[in-house]
Amino acid sequence: MTEEAISVPHRESALLRLVKGAALIRESWVGMVGLAIIVFWALVALFADVVAPFPPNATGIPMLAPGGAGLDGTSVHWLGTDQLGRDILSRIIFGSRQVLLYAPLATFCAYAVGVPMGLAAGYRRGITDEVLSFIANVILSFPVLVLYIIIIATIGASGINIVIAVTFASAPGIMRIVRGLVLDLRNREYVFAAETRGEPAWRIMMIEILPNARGPLIVDACLRLGYVIITIGTLGFLGLGLPPPDPDWGKMITETRQFITIFPHMAIFPCIAISSLVLGFNLLADGLREVSLRD
Amino acid sequence: MLIFIARRIGTMVLTMLVVSLILFLLLEINVEGVAIKVLGAFTSDQQREIWLEENGYFDPLPLRYARWVGNAVVGDFGESVRFKVPVSEILLPRIWSTAVLGFWALLFASAIGLFLGVIAGMREGSKLDRTVSVGSIVTTSVPEFASAPLLSALFVFYLPQTIGWGLPGTSSMSSGFDWVQLILPVMVLVLYDFGYIARMTRASMAEVMMTHYIRTAVLKGLPYGTVIRKHALRNALIAPFTVIMLQINWLLSGVIVVEFFFAYKGFGSLLLEASLNQDIFLIEACAMVAVFVAVATQTLADIGYTYLNPRIRFS
Repeated sequence: MTEEAISVPHRESALLRLVKGAALIRESWVGMVGLAIIVFWALVALFADVVAPFPPNATGIPMLAPGGAGLDGTSVHWLGTDQLGRDILSRIIFGSRQVLLYAPLATFCAYAVGVPMGLAAGYRRGITDEVLSFIANVILSFPVLVLYIIIIATIGASGINIVIAVTFASAPGIMRIVRGLVLDLRNREYVFAAETRGEPAWRIMMIEILPNARGPLIVDACLRLGYVIITIGTLGFLGLGLPPPDPDWGKMITETRQFITIFPHMAIFPCIAISSLVLGFNLLADGLREVSLRD
Repeated sequence: MLIFIARRIGTMVLTMLVVSLILFLLLEINVEGVAIKVLGAFTSDQQREIWLEENGYFDPLPLRYARWVGNAVVGDFGESVRFKVPVSEILLPRIWSTAVLGFWALLFASAIGLFLGVIAGMREGSKLDRTVSVGSIVTTSVPEFASAPLLSALFVFYLPQTIGWGLPGTSSMSSGFDWVQLILPVMVLVLYDFGYIARMTRASMAEVMMTHYIRTAVLKGLPYGTVIRKHALRNALIAPFTVIMLQINWLLSGVIVVEFFFAYKGFGSLLLEASLNQDIFLIEACAMVAVFVAVATQTLADIGYTYLNPRIRFS
């Protein structure tokens, strides 16, 4: 038992290496700012019940200016109220839950579909590659929003349908990136070694190739998360998002945009909220890229 | 070169065919559904049957698809359910309006993006470079549906209140074409799009600045301006050409949001209206037009890139 333990060279656990890798982001201040914004919104979403001063759908005095007093005279609506008298701050706080639930879920699903497709196309090549690449080209030839509108208009608007639409529209892009990485990695010596050992193809793809492609993929995932947040917001804005009355940032903007010339605050704060979250992911992606290029 | 162009155009036609098949299957495979969407929910089965019979919906699927494609190629997409006129009649003026909007947006986004990208890439790592990079990340993080209300609040609400000058908040052009109403929509599109062009141009410029021929040109004592203009720019601007062409695909998405927000009567708002009202023939027409524009610009980008890049052109 002990002999065996000695003969195995010391190797840090996968988790520890991941944490150490993630800690590199400290070297990029842009990345740190991005991370701080994301952590801020994650905490807001997690503790929405505690930090929100009002229930998200409770109504009070409508169209109150920021800082106005509530119905009972003592409570304060820090960001004012919307056209139905709902507290805007509380709705933004609770709206962060929708975004931070559906955006990562949709991105994850898109990766779950796109990565195996890209691995298969890049590793097997030949007819598999031709077919998968052609499918990807067809889907990518749609202007993204046109694709979303057609899908949502056909299958209906709901949380799960948004996830399906995002998966369908994003997986081809992910596939292309993975395919490109695999085409490069499949000619490495450790892949030839594994092939010589007789490892099955799925094992070579998942264990030998995929972990070595993680760098660019993590950066892409960050950028894509930001983009999916924009997409979900856009769908909400166009009236194709999550059904009312639960708060959704995109929907909050569209509901209040007709009052923009009289009460601009009602639309401005959700705009700032969603932009800041997207900015967080984009900055983090930029920081990660910078750090990963350095070594 | 000719073979290459022919092959690219062949791929383009094939893609269009597959897209049309997908659209057709998605929207018209359920014959009963088509009848309900066209005639309305409050019609009897008999009425629907007669309509379907008259319009040849009981023919075999391949025949129906062939007929549909044949009509689509000559621009006949049927009659819009919502507007009660042939689809092409409403589609053409809307496409023209959007082309005007898109042209100005693309022009300004490209000009600003290229300029910033070049001056940032000239001195990689300088303060100016970092400012442009971070600045373009910030502007591309503000989605169109957020920048539209923000800019509206500024130009339609706060500025008129403080300095007495502002911009109109809608672009419905209800009393004829008006340039002033075009400013805000174009501004929103440019703000979102120029950052990506700037970043790509910067990357391309920075790469060129690292090459040996630039070092040689600098070392043999050419003025810096000449090196940039004659040696660097011509090579650095090949990649951004592709980026700008592909940007048209993204612009089409942004156009939908902007036209919806500013009530601009263009192609994007038409597509959205068609989808929300289940106006299937109009959806089909709009989607085909959108995909055609996207695929055509992609093909042009490929051909243009090959033409501009001598290393590929002469091999």
